Amino acid sequence: MSEHDHSQCRSLLASLSDYVDGTLGDELCADIERHVSECRDCRVVVDTLRKTIYLYHETAAENASVPEVVRERLYRALNLEDYLA
Amino acid sequence: MSETTTEISVEALRRGDRAEFARMVEAYSGPIHRLALKMLAHPQDAEDVLQNTFLKALQHIRGFEGRSSLSTWLYRIAANEALMLIRRQRPETPLADLGPDADDNEDFAPANLSDWCCLPEQELLTSESRARLDQAIRRLPEKLRIVFLLRDIEGLSIAETGQTLDLSETAVKTRLLRARLRLRDDLGAYYGERLGERKK
Ligand SMILES: [Zn+2]
Repeated sequence: MSEHDHSQCRSLLASLSDYVDGTLGDELCADIERHVSECRDCRVVVDTLRKTIYLYHETAAENASVPEVVRERLYRALNLEDYLA
Repeated sequence: MSETTTEISVEALRRGDRAEFARMVEAYSGPIHRLALKMLAHPQDAEDVLQNTFLKALQHIRGFEGRSSLSTWLYRIAANEALMLIRRQRPETPLADLGPDADDNEDFAPANLSDWCCLPEQELLTSESRARLDQAIRRLPEKLRIVFLLRDIEGLSIAETGQTLDLSETAVKTRLLRARLRLRDDLGAYYGERLGERKK
C-alpha cells in the first residue's frame, strides 16, 4: 500500500453519507476519490457502506402491504368496516 | 410513500368525508405499518401504532393545515406513537439519553473492515440475511433508527425527515450517517463470516 496521510481517513468519514447519496460537491468528491484510491480501508468502508444502503433499499419495497387480518382490525377500529373491499 | 396515489383531497378530509378518509387509510396504511414493524420488535406493538396513528389522524384532521404533505403529517404521528411506546416499555432510560443532543460526541469510527461487497446478490439477500438486516435496524438506538427508517426505507428527503421529527437538516444528516455506519459495521460482522466460510 502506498504511503498517505491516515489522518484524512477520519475527516473523510463526515462526508460519506452525502458522497454515497451523490449530493456532495465536486471538490469534496474528488478528495474522497483520490483518498480512496490510495487507502484500502477507506475503499472497503465506502464500498460496503454503499452496499449496505443498497440492500436496505432493495428490501424496503417488499414489505409494503398490510396483512389482511391487520387491515380488517384497523378498519374496524376506525369504524370504516363498510369500506373493507 | 408516493404522493402520486390518486390525489387525496385534504379539503374533503377536513370536511369529515368518510370515503376520503378510507381512501387515505388505504393509501398510507402500508407504509405506516412497515415503519412501525421495523421500529418495534413485536408485531402487536406495530399494529397498535398503526391503529393509533389513524385514530389520531381522524381526531385531528380538521386542524391539519397542509403546511406539510399528508404523508409527512402521518409519518410524524406514527413516529411519535412508536417512540412513546418504546419509552413507555423502557421507563428506566435516563432522560439525558433521550435528549436531542445526547451522544453527539460519540465516536463512530468504522470497526469492521471485511470486504464483503463481492458476495453474490443471492447470498446477500437470503431469508436469513433479510432477517439479519431487520435485526441490525432494531439494534440501533431509537433516535438513529427512526431517522434511518424515514430516509432510507421510506424514502423521505433529508428535509422531509427533519420536518417529520422536528430536527434540523444538520441533525438529520449526522444521525443518518451514524445509523448507516453502525449498520455497515453490524452487517460487516455478519457477511464477513459468510465470506470466511466461502474461502474455506
Ligand atoms: Zn483512509
